[in-house]
Amino acid sequence: MTYHIQVLHFGVPMRLAFHLLSGLTALILSSASVSTSVLAQNADADGIVVYNAQHESLTAEWAAGFTKQTGIKVTLRNGSDTELGNLIVQEGKASPADVFLTENSPSMVLVEQAGLFAPLPADTLAEVPANFRPATGGWIGIAARSTVFAYDKAKLKPEQVPKSLLDLADPIWKGRWAASPSGADFQAIVSALLELKGEDATTAWLKAMKENSVPYKGNSTAMKAVNAGQVEGALIYHYYWFGDQAKTGENSKNVELAYFRHQDPGAFVSISGGGVLASSKHADQAKAFVKWIAGKGGQEVLKNGTSYEYAVGVDAPSNPKLVPLAELQAPNVEVSKLNSKKVTDLMTAAGLL
Amino acid sequence: MSIVRTPLRSESFRPLVKRDFLRRTRNPMPWMVPIAVIIALLTLLPLGFVVWITVQTGWNTAIALIFRPRIGELLLNTVLLVAITVPLCVLLAIALAWLTERSDIPGARIWAWLSVAPLAVPAFVQSYAWVSLIPSLHGLFGGVLVSVLAYLPFLYLPVSATLRRLDPGLEEAAASLGQPPWQVFWHVVLPQLRLALCGGSLLIALHLLAEYGLFAMIRFDTFTTAIFDQFQSTYSGAAAHMLAGVLVMCCLALLAIEAAFRGGARYARIGSGAARAHSPKRLGPMTLPCLLVPLLTTSLALGVPFVTLTGWLIAGGADIWQVTEIGRALGQTLLLAVAGAILTTFAAIPMAWLSIRRPGRLQRVLEASNYIVGALPGVVIALALATVTVRVALTLYQTAATLLVAYALMFVPRALVSLRASIAQAPLELEQAAASLGRSPIQALWAVTIRLAAPGATAGTALVALGIVNELTATQMLAPTGTRTLAMAFWSLSGEIDYAGAAPYAVIMVLFSLPLTWLLYTQSKRWAGR
Repeated sequence: MTYHIQVLHFGVPMRLAFHLLSGLTALILSSASVSTSVLAQNADADGIVVYNAQHESLTAEWAAGFTKQTGIKVTLRNGSDTELGNLIVQEGKASPADVFLTENSPSMVLVEQAGLFAPLPADTLAEVPANFRPATGGWIGIAARSTVFAYDKAKLKPEQVPKSLLDLADPIWKGRWAASPSGADFQAIVSALLELKGEDATTAWLKAMKENSVPYKGNSTAMKAVNAGQVEGALIYHYYWFGDQAKTGENSKNVELAYFRHQDPGAFVSISGGGVLASSKHADQAKAFVKWIAGKGGQEVLKNGTSYEYAVGVDAPSNPKLVPLAELQAPNVEVSKLNSKKVTDLMTAAGLL
Repeated sequence: MSIVRTPLRSESFRPLVKRDFLRRTRNPMPWMVPIAVIIALLTLLPLGFVVWITVQTGWNTAIALIFRPRIGELLLNTVLLVAITVPLCVLLAIALAWLTERSDIPGARIWAWLSVAPLAVPAFVQSYAWVSLIPSLHGLFGGVLVSVLAYLPFLYLPVSATLRRLDPGLEEAAASLGQPPWQVFWHVVLPQLRLALCGGSLLIALHLLAEYGLFAMIRFDTFTTAIFDQFQSTYSGAAAHMLAGVLVMCCLALLAIEAAFRGGARYARIGSGAARAHSPKRLGPMTLPCLLVPLLTTSLALGVPFVTLTGWLIAGGADIWQVTEIGRALGQTLLLAVAGAILTTFAAIPMAWLSIRRPGRLQRVLEASNYIVGALPGVVIALALATVTVRVALTLYQTAATLLVAYALMFVPRALVSLRASIAQAPLELEQAAASLGRSPIQALWAVTIRLAAPGATAGTALVALGIVNELTATQMLAPTGTRTLAMAFWSLSGEIDYAGAAPYAVIMVLFSLPLTWLLYTQSKRWAGR
């Protein structure tokens, strides 16, 4: 058998495949340029790029409302607080981001300390009371969330729930509670603990946590585990429960929330932040977006939407289903002192990361 | 039969060929070597980067970050995972292959296809299906269960193909010398399966080290999940890089172990004529119990994803079909997959060409480097590229180009395998003939060799595209702002435990993978000569 016969034999499919390959090659050459523009920062031409660590659905709602009102296009890059915060620091002045939104404040502090935020105008700062933003005015609170202990109603009575976050370090809690240590939410809680109780106490607590807690990836997964009876309780934020209740309740029907209150580290209310990057090439549009979120439009999305996070604007009501912020007896934590780097270092040292 | 080079034919060419041309054909396209070297160096970039960052971190910090209990835990997890999963896969693959290839089990053909079909279910979708079914499934047991189901085809494919091809004469000779059947299997068949077993096991072990989604969902910590956690907490902090360094060492150790197991023996059949087909063993009364093996495997590996996905689709109803969003994700995924697959195939051409046309020491070194990089987990490659681009090459930062390069680094070995086999079947003489008719070397290469290699290359390209469609880790870490592939959307929705909303994305990924899985299946049949 010679190759001539082979060529004849396979002629048609080969030619087809050949045409396919060359056609595809032409496609790639044209799509190489197209794909970068289609996939990448097409917001460069118009609109702003937001590094978004908030819940995707919430920011998407904000962006949609803002775009509807102003016509300014918003492109999101989603990630977690510390991932995007560290990313902005590494990018430095070359960052393609115009706005940074987080779930928790430690990453805002990280970016602010790197000197990468542009100061916000006074009328934007005036949208939010002073206790929900740093004195520096480099960024602003846009929403808030409360730490809770979500527990299995069937397994724990309200009086059996730990009175303080610190109680969870007790060996009697071994294997009984869950958390999502890789999440920025949990790391923010640890940063509050660090700020309130100091490094030694935090190190000891994290060491006990490594022994006692069951790690999950994500707060919703941790709550789902409580609901399914896999663990007795989980240290998470409040809105996961409200969000699930508002839907079908299938992941929270056996779950009840306990608030620590009494200025306990576990009563920590975490502030979600928004800021404008100093390197932004669309500073006016970016500032308008942050003002819109902190203002009436954005805060109403919090009240009426499905996020169940607290509104923080001046006289902005939160969703009536929530326990009012004022009744949470949260500890006083100076937001600009929360240190994410130290927290990840301590958690890495404790073997949680 | 396709024996391509015969002395007669090349002699008949020789008088036609001019002298200087001959010299040229001995070393045609000298630039192919530097190109291959450059590509190989590029592929080594992540590896070099890991070393560089370790040096930069400083030994004291590096040692503090490497020699800590957490790394010990992860190492133990990884070793246990590999040491339990791989032998289980080996046993199951041999049993399934033997039943479908050598016995008269009813529906052997269907079982053979069903044993390959789990390849169409991405590992993280398999894991999602199991977590939906048994929410408490977690840890080592869960990890092993889901991994065995997801990765079994990697061993079943080569083992069944080899088993089909073996000459029955050897086994008959052993039997005629009085060996009982199981002795024949142990001493004659099993040794001949060695290469298939080694190759398949290595592939599975490397996947176990590299997989993120599967183990994150089942809550089993490996180096890859730990690196991803660190990445989410610190972007590209020193701890993540040190974890990556240890992970790279694990991969290299696996390669070395496989090489040692593989040995130097040859297993080619020599002798005249072709091997006879096997006459299938009669199972007799054992038929029913034997049927349980493929039945159980299939219902676990395919039944569970099918049932849970259907369940979520029904539960979700019409609401979950967010057509614009799904369409956008589909479009972006396809664009990335096609562009990435073509780039990867082109990057593999010089290497494939060299290994067939100009084999030698340099070529072996280059090939080994490709092989090692192909063994690196996506998380390591993505971490390296993310850091390199943000620190050194800002223009490439967060661009589709960087993501495509990551895909090429990860999937070059896939393209190489198909390309090499098909270039080997394109006779050199045709290239020479084209040259004697006045084509430049590159024209000759394009018009003859590449053209003849096109079907194989297309198959390889398709395999790479499949890999990209189902890629999650590197895509998440490197994707340009605003990009959302099917896998990313699936992952984000299932992370918010919107399992119903994630179902359409999973279904689309499975549907995409099915034809390619079929292609693999028929290819393995053809390779075995049937």
